[in-house]
Amino acid sequence: MHSLIDFLLTYWVQLVCAVIIVAVLPLVAGYIVLMERKVMADMQARLGPMRVGPHGLLQPIADALKLLIKEDIIPDEADKAIFWVAPLISVTAGMLAMSTLAIGPWFQIADLNIGLLFIVGISALGIFGIVLGGWSSNSHYSLLGALRSAAQLVSYETAAGMAIVGALMLAGTLSTREIIATQNDYGVWFVFAAPVGFFIYVVASIAETNRAPFDLPEAESELVAGYMTEYSGFRWALYFLAEYTNMVVVASIATTLFLGGWLRPFAGTRAFNFLDFLPSVLLLGVAGYCFYRAPKQPVKIQKMVLAAVGAMIILVALILAAPLLAPAGSFVASMKAGLHGAFWFLLKVGLYIYLFMWLRFTFPRYRFDQLMRLGWQFLIPLSIVNVMGIGVALVLHRHFGWSHWTAFPLTTILTLAVAGLLAAAGEKQEKTHAIVGEEA
Amino acid sequence: MLDQIVFYFFAALAVISAVLVVTRRNIVQSAIFLITALLATAGIFLQLHAEFLFIVQVILYAGGIMVLFVFVIMLINLDVSLHQVQFNRQWWLGLVLALALGAQLTVAIAVGRSGLPLGEPAPATMLEPSTELVGKVLFSEYMLPFEIASILLLVAMIGAVVMAKKKV
Repeated sequence: MHSLIDFLLTYWVQLVCAVIIVAVLPLVAGYIVLMERKVMADMQARLGPMRVGPHGLLQPIADALKLLIKEDIIPDEADKAIFWVAPLISVTAGMLAMSTLAIGPWFQIADLNIGLLFIVGISALGIFGIVLGGWSSNSHYSLLGALRSAAQLVSYETAAGMAIVGALMLAGTLSTREIIATQNDYGVWFVFAAPVGFFIYVVASIAETNRAPFDLPEAESELVAGYMTEYSGFRWALYFLAEYTNMVVVASIATTLFLGGWLRPFAGTRAFNFLDFLPSVLLLGVAGYCFYRAPKQPVKIQKMVLAAVGAMIILVALILAAPLLAPAGSFVASMKAGLHGAFWFLLKVGLYIYLFMWLRFTFPRYRFDQLMRLGWQFLIPLSIVNVMGIGVALVLHRHFGWSHWTAFPLTTILTLAVAGLLAAAGEKQEKTHAIVGEEA
Repeated sequence: MLDQIVFYFFAALAVISAVLVVTRRNIVQSAIFLITALLATAGIFLQLHAEFLFIVQVILYAGGIMVLFVFVIMLINLDVSLHQVQFNRQWWLGLVLALALGAQLTVAIAVGRSGLPLGEPAPATMLEPSTELVGKVLFSEYMLPFEIASILLLVAMIGAVVMAKKKV
């Protein structure tokens, strides 16, 4: 009992952070879904959800309520225990992976010295939820989805891992906090030092989160809904939560490793200090738009809700601006690092997720053999060459005294040349395949 | 106190799920219990402050090898395996031997405990990050065995590719 109290006293900050993540993540996932529907609607020249709340702002809450009270159907022929536990595995893995992410310098549950490996390893366990769920449903569509998912994840995890290795060589550490600190010391985000690695990670992370154009495990035009065909109600919602949690996780890894984490653009340059005001200005702009739209809503309650949303955004903008306006050295001014760090981190994560959506509505779905060929014959060789290139650049820099500005562009160009060769070889092979296919 | 609770939790989990791996009839359930056994072992590594071993256990065994296991199991016709004989006729001999080994170990530890000082655990803050330590040792002291193991894996990989490749 005593030791339990000791434990609580020592770790209460971490516990509070953990509770916040578990409580807020479903809400965030819901609003990412809304954002996705709105972005999709925008790209397809329609309005998207508009009914619940002003501009559909309360749609996620209505959806969650509907899913909660829907009947939870378990097929007769299913393996009940596994069917029951599979979605939980996916969600748990995704949420556990969040625990070492540093959302701003203040908000982190645990700074492990294996930080990034922990995130990668734990989030990879989520695949069991998909595979077991697909198998236990005892349905052909589900099983095919699960098989595709397993094959896809195993193939692309290698490429993603090698892309991460490249950036880790630059950082020289696995701790999320220190990775960001090294990017601050370098004065440049790793996306500029290793652009090829970033590209590989983007492609591989889309494949790992089962999103279009690589959404073969749930390809709705071929497999109904893939591994979650037999799921309904809240268990289905858990799979959705897991998918969006995983999106947040891969976006956070990319932000931490390649996009400078919580660092402001040009964090080390004094001349760009005016960028500190950007968060408040951006938010004030959004709030202004809310107030502009509020009187145009059809119903009175919607006018009030939209005005309240605008007021809340103004409040956040003021909170972000307060440390800048307060006298230096005061308590309020000392909050700048935590608040602005969190803002920049979340902004970059949001932009990365927006990139996912953009790609989803731009590219048609890959065929499975195309997916495998892209993974094994292009991305994995390229990621190995990328690691070697970064190694050469580091040696040139550290032992031969080359500057960053010559070593990294040189190896990047070399890696790009290899990428071109690989692409050309792949095209040639595809052509010969086509000819052989015609003759046969 | 809390340490002990955590340790016994993971140890019990590992032992119970290891037994279930062998006794379950359904091989998918066996695979799941094998995963829990591996994860419980990883948890014990973590408790010993061997973070790198913990994550290697999770990534390689639970995340890599077991995914492939489950992948292959799903392609097997389960109805056939459900009707097959699960144990051969020597299971009682195995049980006796296992119990004998367990008894021997218990006695050995109970008797020889004073002669085998287990050493005081180092405080957590004093340990160097285990990832860097493993890397340094692997690439300096154990360079040759490491390279030989790599070549072995490479040979196995090339062999697998050659065997699986279609004749052109």
